[in-house]
Amino acid sequence: MTTETRTPDLSLRPGPAAAPPPMWPSRLRSVLKHLALIAVALVMLYPVLWMIAGSLRSPDQVFNAAGLFVADPQPQNYSDGWNAFSSPFSRYLLNSAVVVLGAVLGNLVSCSLAAYAFARMEFLAKKTLFAIMLMTIMLPFHVVIVPQYVLFSQLDWLNTFLPMVIPKFLATDAFFVFLMVQFIRGIPRELDEAARIDGCGHGRIFFRIILPLMIPALATTTIFTFIWTWNDFFSQLIYLTDPDMYTVPIALKSFIDATSESSWGEMFAMSVVSLIPIFLAFLFGQKFLIKGIATTGGK
Amino acid sequence: MSALGELQKLKGRSAQGKRETKTAYLFLAPWFVGLIVITIGPMLASLYLSFTDYNLIQVPEWIGIDNFTRMIGDERLHGSLEVTFVYVFVSVPLQLALALGLAVLLDRGIRGLAFYRSIFYLPSLLGSSVAIAVLWRQVFGSEGLLNMLLGNFGITGRGWVSDPSTALSTLITLNVWTFGAPMVIFLAGLRQIPRMYYEAAATEGAGRWRIFRSITLPLLTPIVFFNFVLQLIHAFQSFTQAFIVSGGSGGPSDSTLFYSLYLYQRGFQNFDMGYASAMAWVLLLIIGVFTAINFYASKWWVFYDD
Repeated sequence: MTTETRTPDLSLRPGPAAAPPPMWPSRLRSVLKHLALIAVALVMLYPVLWMIAGSLRSPDQVFNAAGLFVADPQPQNYSDGWNAFSSPFSRYLLNSAVVVLGAVLGNLVSCSLAAYAFARMEFLAKKTLFAIMLMTIMLPFHVVIVPQYVLFSQLDWLNTFLPMVIPKFLATDAFFVFLMVQFIRGIPRELDEAARIDGCGHGRIFFRIILPLMIPALATTTIFTFIWTWNDFFSQLIYLTDPDMYTVPIALKSFIDATSESSWGEMFAMSVVSLIPIFLAFLFGQKFLIKGIATTGGK
Repeated sequence: MSALGELQKLKGRSAQGKRETKTAYLFLAPWFVGLIVITIGPMLASLYLSFTDYNLIQVPEWIGIDNFTRMIGDERLHGSLEVTFVYVFVSVPLQLALALGLAVLLDRGIRGLAFYRSIFYLPSLLGSSVAIAVLWRQVFGSEGLLNMLLGNFGITGRGWVSDPSTALSTLITLNVWTFGAPMVIFLAGLRQIPRMYYEAAATEGAGRWRIFRSITLPLLTPIVFFNFVLQLIHAFQSFTQAFIVSGGSGGPSDSTLFYSLYLYQRGFQNFDMGYASAMAWVLLLIIGVFTAINFYASKWWVFYDD
């Protein structure tokens, strides 16, 4: 699909706005448009900003201030919240980080291998297998979750990170296989063929030529896997019941179960902490995220 | 494919083909194992379990279609279906309308496009997190942000989350809030519309609304369709937000009992795994039917420009 860089030349052409008699002078129109956009942006972000402000407020202030200004910041909400659980919050951050790291690694390895086969090789039943792969993207997880739970509990994997990580090494996130297939199809075949004439087999073509060229697709996969796994709640909820193994979402959930009105400042503080990694991933990976969803329609 | 490739294909096709199939299956091995062990195997197992009584400890006992007949008389299940349908068919159209509206506003090289796009997109990434669900509970709580803001105008709000008539709306709001992802897809689609169409219409004297109705919207229908299918499937499976906002109960009075949440309660709290499996297959059927209807109906309203 298109790249973001095409827009500037539009201003040089007579846009449609120039031709019909405008209802307002176009200057005013543009100002109004920006005002509307800024208003929407403010309404959208306000709750999040209010949460950040609330994370610095004392309990009696949290529910008495709709504004963002914090007169008397209480940074100890962060230290109190950090230690409000049975283990320090760093424990849950670390657990989540391990799950995310495993999931990212698994998706990168398994999805790129499968994608290369679908994009560049001829084999028996290719079309059928490709269709099956596409269908699994749409499959609601509910129809597999019960037997998976039985399987993983019989393998004695409950309260380990394996149920969240091992499936990723088996390319079960077919969405990324599809994303990578689309990307590899865009790489000129002449490159592989030149290498084949030089005597390279598929293994070397994959590692030496395709893999280095598909780094943008790998980056998109990394960032999406990072964010989705970090936010993932359902599987971590059913597989992790030992407080020492809790990941961030499960720790937050147990915090609200146990919490009273008085500790909402701490609750907000830890919620803010839990969102920082996503925000950083967004900040540094925006380009790949936007491209990824524009071409494949991810969330 | 280039001539070189064709030539190579002609030479010793079968021998090479066989070897290539072998190598290809090596590349596909992880995916294939996953397909069998993590996806298809469990799918068939859950189909079997849906005809059994199974509590995880005892051996599954075959009970025929009992689980399905029980579903017919299960009032909570009917309630959860209604809640889920309202959620899906109210929040998805609203979300897509907002996404489309803002995408159109942002099109045509507006200054600060990247900035606006980032801000509007961010909630899509945050929206499925527990932290945002926690925040939502506070924003719409009886002493929450919304009521404080309404209080400034002298309006006394209610406990939006604790009132059965409004609890679901707070979750719908949350889903609408994540309109950024479909918006980015719309933006990419808008870029594909040839500028000359707009220019031609403008010289004909068409106004903005007319241009939108007669050019932008028809040419964008494939993207609308794509977004609709995607968001529908996604919304049918919603779980986290309802779980956190209602504290896992689906309350008050089951007003936020999403189908997924009820399935979780039956399967993983009551360990009625047979029933949960039956519910899962019914969900698959529902999603399948709606996706099929979508594809079928698309013949009449989706316009392909080639």
